[in-house]
Amino acid sequence: MSLPLHAKGSPRALPSTEASFLWRKLSEHRTALWRTASIGLFFLVWEIAGRVPISFAFPTFLETLRAFLNMLFNGAFVAAYAQTLQPLVIGIAISAVVGVGVGIVMGLSRFAEWLVAPVFIVLQAAPMAALIPLITFVYGIGLLAKTLAVIMLALPVIALNGYKAVRNANPSLVSMCVSFQGTRWQTITKIIIPDASPVIFAGLRLGLAAGFIGVILAELLITPTGIGDLITYHRSVADYPEMYAAVVSIILVSTLTLAALEAFELRVLRPEKRRT
Amino acid sequence: MRNITAQASAAATRLAASDVAVEVRGISKLYSEVEALRAIDLDFPRGKLTTLLGPSGCGKTTLLKIIAGLIPATAGEIRVNGKVVTGPGPERAFVFQDFALMPWATVMRNVAFGLELKGMGRDERQAIAAKYIAEVGLTGFESKYPHELSGGMRQRVGLARAFAVNADVLLLDEPFSAVDEQNRRKFQEDLLSLVEKEKKTFIFVTHSIEEAVYCSDRIVILSRRPGRIAQIIEPEIDRAASPDAIRRDQSYLDTVEEIWQGLKRYVD
Repeated sequence: MSLPLHAKGSPRALPSTEASFLWRKLSEHRTALWRTASIGLFFLVWEIAGRVPISFAFPTFLETLRAFLNMLFNGAFVAAYAQTLQPLVIGIAISAVVGVGVGIVMGLSRFAEWLVAPVFIVLQAAPMAALIPLITFVYGIGLLAKTLAVIMLALPVIALNGYKAVRNANPSLVSMCVSFQGTRWQTITKIIIPDASPVIFAGLRLGLAAGFIGVILAELLITPTGIGDLITYHRSVADYPEMYAAVVSIILVSTLTLAALEAFELRVLRPEKRRT
Repeated sequence: MRNITAQASAAATRLAASDVAVEVRGISKLYSEVEALRAIDLDFPRGKLTTLLGPSGCGKTTLLKIIAGLIPATAGEIRVNGKVVTGPGPERAFVFQDFALMPWATVMRNVAFGLELKGMGRDERQAIAAKYIAEVGLTGFESKYPHELSGGMRQRVGLARAFAVNADVLLLDEPFSAVDEQNRRKFQEDLLSLVEKEKKTFIFVTHSIEEAVYCSDRIVILSRRPGRIAQIIEPEIDRAASPDAIRRDQSYLDTVEEIWQGLKRYVD
């Protein structure tokens, strides 16, 4: 008599719904899972490659992790970043203000575009590492030279993105504002800049990434200070796990900073994106 | 249906000055070498819905944008309420084909945007905007963003924004072309009741003959480039009838057919 009951499926249906519930839970976090798996796989390959070993100068993942935690807790990183972040923060702040400002002016005025844009296009195309020794001749080896290196790398991409964003502001929205008798100033502040802000922010993210390259180049090529010093010093004394840990730390810091900037942009500037 | 030929139009449509909201006088437009419009003379009667209809590339949108003051004419002048206008003005409001809504602003802010530009205070303009949001049937969507709305709803936002500035003349540039067919029919019906209610002058550009006949008091048919007035038609359809009855009405169908016969020669 119990068989027909089973055939109706209710006792059997229960575990399957439970399984599908679990599956749904998993698939909700699928992107996060894949990301973690991808990073895990990378560390695994690193560990294997280090154990083969590819080169005596190539530490395993676990050795690097140990060195990383050591340097994190003995204050080496804190001291290094206190130095490295100075030219980076000053340089990025100057590049952001000047770059966005110049970019917007270039986007709005054909004359400013004609006057300034070629400079930035050449600067963006030029291999900056080759120019860094030149800075040393003119500005010495101090904070000023390093800040300049950051600005030279970050400013062109920020300015050019701002310029393109403003130049390509939605013409339909601009003519809407004009048709409702918006003044030129209102059109710029209420339509053009908000419409351009996603691309301006993309420029800021690229500029920040370039700024990290600039500061590390400066610390490796001008004088070893901060994180550049950690890399150079540990390489010279053959402490390869420490050297790799320093490299990993700068990658980590720059990735986290970029992610924070993106999160800030979504939260503050694009309210319509938050709900999707 | 009343059929007014181009030659007779000047005499036949000359209305008393107070009955004309917009006068178009000798408007021509050249885009470098291309002649888009040639010597257009046209009166738009006050409180009526006039449609500009024609084959694609006949300059109907150009004419509408010249009336709006968004693009300058090569020759001729536009008079609104008897005064010559050269740029956009508070007595005209434009509804855009692609809606032109700010994606970063809510429905409420989009509808109130024209008032915001005039410097009206927040509470005052939101009260006015709320009234028109209700009128176009979007109550409850005030804090939504444009991407959360359907095409038809977005254009309702565009329409409410144009109503909110309380202009005498509303200029609609193919407002339904980016709206799907079913929403378009509903929207056309709603538009007619709004025309009835708002007592404003509507100038409407479309390439749909059915839409023109269904909505308009007067249809101006433009010829192919260079755009000139080919024909003016006044469909005499009883608007008191239900929308479905109008669409089955013999005079409605005859007018559609007549316009199609006239336009057919312009189609490749």
